[in-house]
Amino acid sequence: MNNNSIGFTYRADNWWLQPVAVLVGLGAFIAYSTWAGMQGAYYYYEPYLSPFYSPLVYVKTGIPGGAPLSHSLLGAWPAWWPNFFLLPSSPAVLILIFPLSFRLTCYYYRKAYYRAFTWSPPACAVGAFPQKNYKGETGLLTFQNFHRYALYTAIIFLFILYYDAAQAFFYKGGFGAGIGTLVLLINPTMLALYTLGCHSFRHLIGGQTDCFSCSKTKFGLWKKVTYLNERHQLFAWLSLFWVGFTDFYIRMVSMGIIKDYNTWGI
Amino acid sequence: MIERNFKIWRGNSKGGDFVNYKISIDEGMVVLDALKLIQADQANDLGLRWNCKAGKCGSCSMEINGKPKLACMDRVTDYKEDSQITVRPVKTFPVIKDLVTDLSWNYEQNKRIPPFKPKPRENGAKYRMQQEDVDRVQEFRKCIECYLCQNVCHILRDQEKKNKFVGPRFMIRLASLEMHPLDTEDRIPAIKNEYGSGYCNITKCCTEVCPESIKITDNGIIPIKERVVDRFYDPVLKLFRVFSGSKK
Ligand code: SF4
Ligand code: SF4
Ligand code: FES
Ligand code: FES
Repeated sequence: MNNNSIGFTYRADNWWLQPVAVLVGLGAFIAYSTWAGMQGAYYYYEPYLSPFYSPLVYVKTGIPGGAPLSHSLLGAWPAWWPNFFLLPSSPAVLILIFPLSFRLTCYYYRKAYYRAFTWSPPACAVGAFPQKNYKGETGLLTFQNFHRYALYTAIIFLFILYYDAAQAFFYKGGFGAGIGTLVLLINPTMLALYTLGCHSFRHLIGGQTDCFSCSKTKFGLWKKVTYLNERHQLFAWLSLFWVGFTDFYIRMVSMGIIKDYNTWGI
Repeated sequence: MIERNFKIWRGNSKGGDFVNYKISIDEGMVVLDALKLIQADQANDLGLRWNCKAGKCGSCSMEINGKPKLACMDRVTDYKEDSQITVRPVKTFPVIKDLVTDLSWNYEQNKRIPPFKPKPRENGAKYRMQQEDVDRVQEFRKCIECYLCQNVCHILRDQEKKNKFVGPRFMIRLASLEMHPLDTEDRIPAIKNEYGSGYCNITKCCTEVCPESIKITDNGIIPIKERVVDRFYDPVLKLFRVFSGSKK
């Protein structure tokens, strides 16, 4: 009866549906974002900038669908860049590590990938991947404890991506809006709903105290963050989908495959 | 007349096997009723532990079709007519007889936890607590000690790390003490080193099975893990403590 083999269970329901859905969902996103981030082209269509590429630290000029040099923080792409296939001269490879580390150490995603990818366990009351000496998050995975630092960078990224959304209202100085503007505005909003519902944020904003009645402001903020925290999984997926879609939309417009409807008539 | 097929594990610490029973049931019966009926009519020696039949004593924990549940809160008619309902004792704790297991390991863990240590009263005055401060710890006090969470936690169930991790039920007991505004005991170092908070990988099965719907992971374990981070991992806070001379 006490069978310890992997995947063994007496459960009769479709327990494998959830891990498979996570595997497919996260797998698809990882595949698309890696591909899109390595392109180094078609990430820009004035005034839209793909969120995978923002902020632009260096910009390589003369690239189809690339941003103009004036958008770069530090100027032209450095000549010393090794430029082999794992490290293409794409502005995305310089910054993707930040959102990646945030999602990688997020308490929700940890649950999702520990279940779907490492099977520890794949589902409740279903045999886990056998490990001789399970260490949880005390051994190699101790780095998960630094999630709050990834959160700090994610908050900075919210400002950057809202700035990009604001920029998307101006084409060559003229105010207006397009479908792309809307897409770029929804993106940081989804990310904000996800980021501000973070468990570490909930702790730092008020959860660390034992006395809620001592500060009404802290308690009020904690309650608001708790509201988002209870929906953290939902916003994790919505924001993940939307950031991928935003890149996809701008890429398609930039490649001339679809047309962006906007007030500027471009 | 409605009928259902049951497959019940029968045996003791030395071994055993599943035995099939077929019974006719009434509308509204729960699995515990069905087991008692089988006990009365077909298997007088069926070992079964129950008490309140109201989901409040935590005695009737078992695994029904593989899911850790209270037998007294699980309707038989929720299972399809032609299906077989498999009932087995909880996996994580040793079987005594049939569906009854030895849960004493859990009581041993409880004893290891330093109890509530309130700060001294000011001039003999009464303790006063505000509702918002009570609410947070009150959630954990709904626990009926059914130990379904302990049973499903893969660290205790599959990884055989009972010597490293006290389990979710005691993580929320620790949380309820640590978050208590009147408590003065510091359990954070022990939470990390002795009770094993780092072993939990927040996969949330404890929350999934809790019959009291306590948000064990989100409201108990994760906040406690964050307090451990404050104390042991956050370099900025560590530096801050060096300069401010504070210990916590
Ligand atoms: S969340 Fe942690 S304590 Fe709860 S079942 Fe999972 S590993 Fe065990
Ligand atoms: S926390 Fe929930 S599942 Fe765990 S023992 Fe208490 S009531 Fe049972
Ligand atoms: S817990 Fe998910 S972002 Fe922090
Ligand atoms: S008999 Fe008391 S909880 Fe089921």
